[in-house]
Amino acid sequence: MINRWLVLTWVLLSLLVLLGAATGEWLTKVPVHEHQRANPFRDQPEAVQAGQLLYAEHCSTCHGQDAEGKKNRPSLRSSRVQKDATEGDLHWLLVNGNPRRGMPSWSRLPDPQLWQLISYLKSLPPNN
Amino acid sequence: MVALLVRVIVRVWLGPRKGAIARTIKPRKAEAKVEMQRHVCSPVSLQDSGVLRKCWRGVLCGRPFLRLLFLMVSALGSLCASQEKPYFVTYTHEMEEPGNLEIALSSVSGKPQSADRFWGSAMEFEYGATGWWTTELYLDGVSIPSDSTIFTGYRWENRFYLLPRQHWINPVIYVEFEDINGADKSLREVVGHDGDGDFAGRNAETRTEKKRELEFKLILGSNFKGWNISENIIAEKNLGGGPWEFGYAIAASRPLKLLASATKCTFCPEKFAAGVEMYGGLGDRYTLGLHNTSHYFGPAINWKSPGGMTLSFSPQFGLNDFSVPRLYRFGVSYEINQVFGHLGFLRSREGQ
Repeated sequence: MINRWLVLTWVLLSLLVLLGAATGEWLTKVPVHEHQRANPFRDQPEAVQAGQLLYAEHCSTCHGQDAEGKKNRPSLRSSRVQKDATEGDLHWLLVNGNPRRGMPSWSRLPDPQLWQLISYLKSLPPNN
Repeated sequence: MVALLVRVIVRVWLGPRKGAIARTIKPRKAEAKVEMQRHVCSPVSLQDSGVLRKCWRGVLCGRPFLRLLFLMVSALGSLCASQEKPYFVTYTHEMEEPGNLEIALSSVSGKPQSADRFWGSAMEFEYGATGWWTTELYLDGVSIPSDSTIFTGYRWENRFYLLPRQHWINPVIYVEFEDINGADKSLREVVGHDGDGDFAGRNAETRTEKKRELEFKLILGSNFKGWNISENIIAEKNLGGGPWEFGYAIAASRPLKLLASATKCTFCPEKFAAGVEMYGGLGDRYTLGLHNTSHYFGPAINWKSPGGMTLSFSPQFGLNDFSVPRLYRFGVSYEINQVFGHLGFLRSREGQ
């Protein structure tokens, strides 16, 4: 009986965590000046290529080679990433991470490489 | 490298039994070799490859030892270059990515003024438990060519990132328990009045001294325009007695180039990081200060290979007579992405 309650509690908690992760609440935390930051490498094909290599090296294990997401790791072709989030928002998320949701900070990468990565992410075709 | 490893594993496994399993594996070896070479450091892990599925169904079912080996090999398939800093003693505020396991070997060699040359080594297993908690196990050993090679103990450390966001200065709390003996010379930190004299004595004598210690560090780290600047304040207490001892470590480094190349490259500047590191003791609770303390300073460099390995080197120089005149440090590390994801894969295959 106790085991059944434990399992039920665990399932409910997991669902809550997943729902929280899926809402993209991080977007509401981005400061205005970060939200408005422009990508210095926007529309540069070389930056997209470099970003693709960076993505393969650092991100694809969790988010999938095609950025469609894996298990509970979100797709990066979603409308939240492709439409709702500005490049500044994505830069903020990469720098700060979302440790409580399992997204590490990528501040270890130099800033130019973060912008290259964002160039690649924004070049991806969004999901239908 | 992975193909070579697979070959060695298959040879080791098949050595004593050249029966049915050998016949099952051999026709697939060439195919597996080509496939695995294609997947070295590829974002697509081996778990997605048809070859591994065939191997799994045809060969590995019901063989726990080989399954474990294959887990390791398939994990190697997703090795990717970690963003290591070239420091050997100083910790940065950067945590291990959740689910990743880093395996590293760090060695130090020195020739104390009144003793023979030693080689201290630490094997390191660092796991990202969560985004804010990294845990790490060290296995230490020492080798003195004119004496002996012995295992000197273990250390278990935990680092906690306290803040939800990145700031100009990012604090991390470090807690470590170590159970080592007096022969340990891995020099993971310098505290109190540690100095040249501690390296004298034969392993057989010094190993009888037990050191069960608690160590705390306040790690402060900043990233600014490609530079990483890190400062550590260290406090250590021997649980068997003795006063609190203190030490410090500071370091700064930067990749040689901040922009990533648009093509794959091996020796391009962004694969290298260079910097400087300095560390030393600050005395103990009763004799706080620089008197009779040792200090080291030196440049440090590392290189990330496309295969996912990071090599580091640092020559370090003792800054006073109390220090070992020169230390040479070498490090090699691998990062295995999502190590338990591979375990989950094996479990799910088992169910089929």
